[in-house]
Amino acid sequence: MADTVLNSPNIKKLSAKDFRSDQENRWCPGCGDHGILNSVQKAMADMDFKKEDYAVISGIGCSSRFPYYMDTYGFHTIHGRAAAIASGAKCANPDLEVIQVSGDGDALAIGGNHFIHAVRRNIDMTILLFNNEIYGLTKGQYSPTSNHGMVTKTSPFGTIEEPFKPSQLAMGAGSKFYARSLDTNIKLTTEIVKAASDHKGTSIVEVLQNCVIYNDGAHSIITDKATKEDYTVIIEHGKPMIFGKEKNKGLIMGGNGKLVVVTIGEHGITEEDVLVHDAHTEDPHMHWLLSSMMAPEYPVALGVIRDVDSTSYDEKMVQQIEDIKAISSIKSMDDLLNSGDTWVVD
Amino acid sequence: MSQKTKIIEREEVVIRFSGDSGDGMQLTGTQFSDTSALFGNDVATFPDYPAEIRAPQGTVGGVSGFQLHFGHQEIYTPGDYADVLVAMNPAALKANLKWVKASGTIIVNEDSFTDKNLEKAGYESDPLLDDKLADYNLIKAKVTSLTRECLKDSGLDQKSILRCKNMFTLGMVYWMFDRPLDHSEDFIEKKFKKYPLVVDANKKVLKAGYNFAKTIEALPYNYSVAPAKIRKGTYRNITGNKATAWGLMAAAERANLELFCGSYPITPATEILQELAARKDLGVKTFQAEDEIAGICTAIGASFAGDFAVTTTSGPGLALKTEAAGLAVMTELPLVIVNVQRGGPSTGLPTKTEQSDLLQAIHGRSGECPMPVIAASTPSDCFHYAFEASRIALEHMTPVILLTDGFIANGAEPWRIPTMSELPEIVAPIAKEGDDFLPYAREEKRLSRRWAIPGTKGLEHRIGGLEKIDGVGTVSYVPENHQVMSDIRKKRVELVADNIPELKVKGKDDADVLVVGWGGTYGHLTTAVRELQKEEKSISLAHFNYIFPLPKNTAEVLGRYKKIIVCELNDGQFAEYLRSTFQDIKFEQHNKLMGLPFTVVELKERFNQLLEEK
Ligand SMILES: Cc1ncc(C[n+]2csc(CCOP(=O)(O)OP(=O)(O)O)c2C)c(N)n1
Ligand code: SF4
Ligand SMILES: [Mg+2]
Repeated sequence: MADTVLNSPNIKKLSAKDFRSDQENRWCPGCGDHGILNSVQKAMADMDFKKEDYAVISGIGCSSRFPYYMDTYGFHTIHGRAAAIASGAKCANPDLEVIQVSGDGDALAIGGNHFIHAVRRNIDMTILLFNNEIYGLTKGQYSPTSNHGMVTKTSPFGTIEEPFKPSQLAMGAGSKFYARSLDTNIKLTTEIVKAASDHKGTSIVEVLQNCVIYNDGAHSIITDKATKEDYTVIIEHGKPMIFGKEKNKGLIMGGNGKLVVVTIGEHGITEEDVLVHDAHTEDPHMHWLLSSMMAPEYPVALGVIRDVDSTSYDEKMVQQIEDIKAISSIKSMDDLLNSGDTWVVD
Repeated sequence: MSQKTKIIEREEVVIRFSGDSGDGMQLTGTQFSDTSALFGNDVATFPDYPAEIRAPQGTVGGVSGFQLHFGHQEIYTPGDYADVLVAMNPAALKANLKWVKASGTIIVNEDSFTDKNLEKAGYESDPLLDDKLADYNLIKAKVTSLTRECLKDSGLDQKSILRCKNMFTLGMVYWMFDRPLDHSEDFIEKKFKKYPLVVDANKKVLKAGYNFAKTIEALPYNYSVAPAKIRKGTYRNITGNKATAWGLMAAAERANLELFCGSYPITPATEILQELAARKDLGVKTFQAEDEIAGICTAIGASFAGDFAVTTTSGPGLALKTEAAGLAVMTELPLVIVNVQRGGPSTGLPTKTEQSDLLQAIHGRSGECPMPVIAASTPSDCFHYAFEASRIALEHMTPVILLTDGFIANGAEPWRIPTMSELPEIVAPIAKEGDDFLPYAREEKRLSRRWAIPGTKGLEHRIGGLEKIDGVGTVSYVPENHQVMSDIRKKRVELVADNIPELKVKGKDDADVLVVGWGGTYGHLTTAVRELQKEEKSISLAHFNYIFPLPKNTAEVLGRYKKIIVCELNDGQFAEYLRSTFQDIKFEQHNKLMGLPFTVVELKERFNQLLEEK
């Protein structure tokens, strides 16, 4: 862990502005990426790391331009490979606070293999997955998260593919931290980024993001004023999962093992009956159900859905090296060169 | 030690042990070569495994071999043809007979020449009974029954007893070459220290084989090979892959950096990753990635974050790494990419050797993407060239490709152990807190940018694959800037030529023929050229280790000769590269694509031909 800024009283606290780079921002006006950038900078200002301890590492895509706008160490890499590059950076220097940024194509299509393996290894980093359900940078082709039937430039008659749910992929790979937010909800995204950073291990943060140009309104049911409160549930560990304009809807477990949306006050349902969220339970079953909910049948779950204690790959790597160093008689290259069968010629 | 019928002094001897994969021939061969090295001979060895782990028993495809060449003089190759072949079954005889010298000695395990085994090996009649082997000195030994007999009271089960039979042949060959048994006895004691019964059994069989050879009249003579005149020092045997791993580790130590290796297993490169993975005690971080792309990408990430990073692979893996290699060129990060070449294309001949990735290494990337390429030439000099690749990568802030091949990677030879203080210190241009830093500002001599390692206060910056403005390092699509940056990337690699040794020629400056080679063919080319030189032929050798850029004196050296022949285990890639670089010089070629190294015999024949042509 890096030293905290707050530990030294004469260093003044950083503000979001301190994380803004001087690069000209190239995202389209109205793109959801702007909001995410603000949220992350706010979160960083609130966190205890020094500026130089952040490494922000991205792939290729509109979203992956992110590091250029951050006044931290940054690496804009190649399409799909950010998870692998970030993994290497974290192992080389476990004191760094590594934040990986990818689009849905970058993380789940070309980079799908690296994504699941990063999660499986549980490398201590935060993966921000900007999900706009489209390829933005290449101007509007369907992505692995595009809805079935979606018409795009490469699916003029509608796609015939089923989309991934990033949460299911993450949990299938053994994820210990999964959270979901919305580009427009700065407060929630800021809180989630902080929680993700606090978590030891790979934290997946899926941010539902609007691409105003190629997939405008993909998430409208949960962003429009008229519908959003009825179709989102913001969940928090230890709190009942209540939502709706009237704050009178809740989730209960049905007899068939499926979640059911109920109205408090109807059919004898009281607040007590509503499920309380347990983000820390190891068993992923409920987290899977919660993160799989889709509107309009269900509200879309936002917030930290899964946050289970774990030991990260990099911690284990450092520990293993220390343990072996302590017991091995080989302390230097000279020792190694002269180990085993050798003979002298004189 | 023993009474000799007749002793024949030999300059050098080649022995090939062969049998089924389970017959323990690798161990037998290694024991003999270690003993010979300890005795003071120079040795070169080469294992020859079947590609399948469990190839059908008794078939030619399942034969595992181990060839070793030891001598009173310097030995550069494992030898073309064997003086002695040990064949544990008919398949081994069938597969290896063509590699036995005319009138050489063949030791067979007679017990294994059953109808069933003969059929599996594809023999129509028993070669031990007809006159096919009449020209050889054939020694038939009932190795299986003699081993059984010897261990009948050992208390071991049949399976364990049969496992000892390789020691019987080892004992026989020890007697033939007047070698002491003590090294192998020590080895057996160490290896089976938990099983005293097994220790006793193996030692007993080893002696029995030795005594058997002494007793039977089948051996009309035995050979003696005097120790070689070898430079003073402490020695060990080392394979090319181990030497590569150690060279990388030595470079990390001399650069005072932590070593990170991101890699994905692939024959014949895997042992490098395995060797590094075993060295947690020296702080080596190995990352077995999900594929070769992740292998190089984790290494690039580690390099960005301040480790000395490497990735190891073979041809198909190098193909997967190309896009990321371009990123390393663009971001000017130090990185060593080791490619242990094998027979291609595609999965090709995984366990066989070839030099056919040369042009892939020099040119195989998108865009104008120059990267230094160097090649090792013997098992032990993999250490030196791995160190050199690392030194160039770190001093010049660039990815470097190190080429070795399956032949030198698996081959072994005695190696004079260096001390770490003999090796140069490596100083990477690391930027410090408080420095005036711009991501793409360059130092004058090498035009390298500085390495600002994340965590260093005040040096926060962004790099990436998009074209950057020189100096400030912001993204730029300005046409003139791309020209400037492309020119700089080219110049940076050219400048490596100032930091490498000049090309040296073995032989006269005015010889009629200059032989040119590169990388792992060194041993065969050197032996062939030396033998011809001894016959007073006018021939010299220029062998290349620095491929891209070439040593500065290359044009001058090549310009001195009227006839130049470029020999390589591919279809002429180095020749093509030299032709395009030196357009006024004419190059002849000698090429081979059989998954096998050259033989000294074929090379001499070709060189003689050229020497005779007017
Ligand atoms: C090897 C490679 N293949 C393809 C591309 C082209 N490409 C760049 S970004 C991209 C998809 C971007 O979509 P996403 O990752 O969802 O990011 P977004 O732009 O939507 O933020 C593609 C196909 C590339 N740059 N490199
Ligand atoms: S194309 Fe879409 S995703 Fe890309 S910057 Fe514009 S709005 Fe954002
Ligand atoms: Mg996208």
